[in-house]
Amino acid sequence: MTGLAIAGLNKLFSAVMLFGIYSLLSAALFVALDAVDVAFTEAAVGAGISTILMLGALALTTSRQRQISWHRHGSAIAAVSVTGAVLLYGTADMPMFGDPLVPALTYVVPRYLEQSGSEIGIPNIVTSVLASYRGYDTLGEVTVIFTAAVAVAGRLGRYRAGEDGPVPGAGMAHHLILRVVTKLLLPMILLFALYVQFHGDYGPGGGFQAGVIFAAGFILYGLVFGLESVRKVVPPSVIRILCASGLLLYAGVGVVSLLLGGSFLDYDVLAEDPVSGQHLGIFLVELGVGITVAAAMISLFYAYAAYKGDTA
Amino acid sequence: MISEHLPVLQVVVPLLAGPVCLLLRRPSANWALAASVSWITLAIAVALLVEVRRAGPIIYQLGGWAAPWGIEYRIDHVNAFVLLIVSGVSAVVLLFARASVQREINNRRINIFYTGWLLCLTGLLGMTATGDAFNVFVFLEISSLATYLLISLHPDRRALSAAFHYLVLGTIGATFILIGIALLYMMTGTLNIVDLAAHLPPVAQTRTVAVAFSFLVIGIGIKAAAFPLHMWLPNAYAYAPSAVTALLAGTATKVAVYLLLRFLFSLFGPGLSFEQYLLDKILLPLAAVGIISMSVAAIYQTTAKKLLAYSSVAQIGYMLLGISLASVTGLTATVLHLFNHALIKSALFMAMGCVVYRIGTTQLASMAGLARCMPWTMAAFVAGGLSLIGVPLTVGFISKWYLILAALERGWMWLAALVVITSLLAVAYVWRVVEVAYFRHRESCAEVAEAPLSLLVPTWLMIAANYYFGVDASLTTGVAGRAAELLFGAAP
Repeated sequence: MTGLAIAGLNKLFSAVMLFGIYSLLSAALFVALDAVDVAFTEAAVGAGISTILMLGALALTTSRQRQISWHRHGSAIAAVSVTGAVLLYGTADMPMFGDPLVPALTYVVPRYLEQSGSEIGIPNIVTSVLASYRGYDTLGEVTVIFTAAVAVAGRLGRYRAGEDGPVPGAGMAHHLILRVVTKLLLPMILLFALYVQFHGDYGPGGGFQAGVIFAAGFILYGLVFGLESVRKVVPPSVIRILCASGLLLYAGVGVVSLLLGGSFLDYDVLAEDPVSGQHLGIFLVELGVGITVAAAMISLFYAYAAYKGDTA
Repeated sequence: MISEHLPVLQVVVPLLAGPVCLLLRRPSANWALAASVSWITLAIAVALLVEVRRAGPIIYQLGGWAAPWGIEYRIDHVNAFVLLIVSGVSAVVLLFARASVQREINNRRINIFYTGWLLCLTGLLGMTATGDAFNVFVFLEISSLATYLLISLHPDRRALSAAFHYLVLGTIGATFILIGIALLYMMTGTLNIVDLAAHLPPVAQTRTVAVAFSFLVIGIGIKAAAFPLHMWLPNAYAYAPSAVTALLAGTATKVAVYLLLRFLFSLFGPGLSFEQYLLDKILLPLAAVGIISMSVAAIYQTTAKKLLAYSSVAQIGYMLLGISLASVTGLTATVLHLFNHALIKSALFMAMGCVVYRIGTTQLASMAGLARCMPWTMAAFVAGGLSLIGVPLTVGFISKWYLILAALERGWMWLAALVVITSLLAVAYVWRVVEVAYFRHRESCAEVAEAPLSLLVPTWLMIAANYYFGVDASLTTGVAGRAAELLFGAAP
């Protein structure tokens, strides 16, 4: 329903708000499906950071959509309907929902469930799949985020001190309540981010979610106290270095394991016995993920907030 | 010790260089890093191809986990050849890029430009090397995002809208591929391509697998700019920076066609792809119509870069034609044309880059009489154009020779005739540029000089490759033939 409402809306501002609700509802759905890690990511990324970034984009452009008549969408609607119909057609032969004997659960997954404890030794199996069994995919994902940050920051231009973009330099610092609440919330947000970062081995969480939450703290500070003050805390040049170094840390772990005689990203060789090697490896790559994600999100915020027209 | 890690180093070396490049502040240092890394990847690709030809497929387990639990790289004749194409084109075009990029890109964005270049290279090589279907998607995203960035860095405003158009269509394509992979995972529980091929037969008759097949083919078709899913390509090629056009023309669509081969033959297998889903019956008319209509569209362009872009869509049609013949010879022609067309188009787009360097545009009207002022550049265009047409002694001839052989093997005279007739269309659009540059009057050459050597040498290097592999085709036909046999033999 929320999805339909978004498509029907002309006011982009409300659409963004509904997107946030949509993400939160999906997160609740994921919890209901017992996919807590996915739900956590959806809540942090979908409902949290992407709402802020979309608002930033709106501040740069306009919050109203140009009216386009329905018949101009004819071919688009046809294409979408055909795609949807084909997808529905495909569901006919899908395994039953909740069936424990589906191939997706009986082939690769049992090994993860049974062996992860002895091979990797951390309780959260999602983390061990993401960071170790399929760690190379995660390296790829971090590279995707790095690429996106480079692309947006590179495309939107440079930050210049002393000029106001869409986010005024002074922010909303004259709102007393906002200021106090922000100051109260900020340490908790950052602390929670650190908890999520380092507790990802045991409970839901990990570098992606932690990085996003960490960045959200800084963005909140920037929104309330102004772009200038947050830039004093973390200058854009530092962000650029952090963004690159997180990715380098992750890939560097791979190179080290390669030099130690294992294959790329084989954490077994990082320490005396394989299990503590896996621990160390996962800790380091999750840290790399967290650093790059946080830096990438903050750099996106900077790029939107400081945009002053195309300088190419 | 290094040699056993070559498969992963092929991809990880440019990946590591990307973030390092972002931190370097001097444009010359950015270029030097990108160029040296690109030549290293070329050396690795050559070593891998030699090793594969000597000892057969190489398997590399990432993280030390065996497939299907972990991700594996699997290099055989097919993707070793594509790795060589991608890294070779990137290495030569980077030599060309230094001067061209300095002229076309804002000086403060040069570190971003070369970072994007390295990431694009990472993505393309990663997609090619991997044996894991989801890993394909991850590296596809890397290369796509980097490509949008590279196109949009051209200061021309139209480059921005071309990049955005490509972003929207490319994202749809990538999403289709993701849906296809997810459906396959749902039905088989594995993501490894070889393993998927083994687990597919029991569920091959289900609708879900059929839907996965169609989503994958359409998604990859968008990325490959297969007619009629090519809408993004002409503007993206025409408005991208010259060096980027030369890179993309030689690599991006080639890797997408490779993916199509990999999914159709190694994963689904020819039996499923052709006998059950009848893809060859659909592909054949689409490819034929695509070749003819896009060649005709190329003739009517008024910008040389756009003319070559439409010709690229037509040339991709030849590759699809080879697939739709569903025979080893046809597939050999497709794999050969991947390599040969990469050489042809990157050479031609580099020649256009020389023109842009001097006169700032490739509008045919502004190119009148240009051959008098830039004889070497236009001579390179003519030499590359002959290869595009398929004149004997060029690589273009080798591709078309095999394509005609494959058509005759099936007894389809009309198809052989179609290949010959569309080559005449290629004569027509190449002649459009030649006629303008050689036979129109130009007032004076006072303000237009020949392109500098730093641009001419890489361009002619690529032209020389066109003629070298056209005269001595034993290496390329040998590898392509073996690759085609492997693709067919790998059928379940």
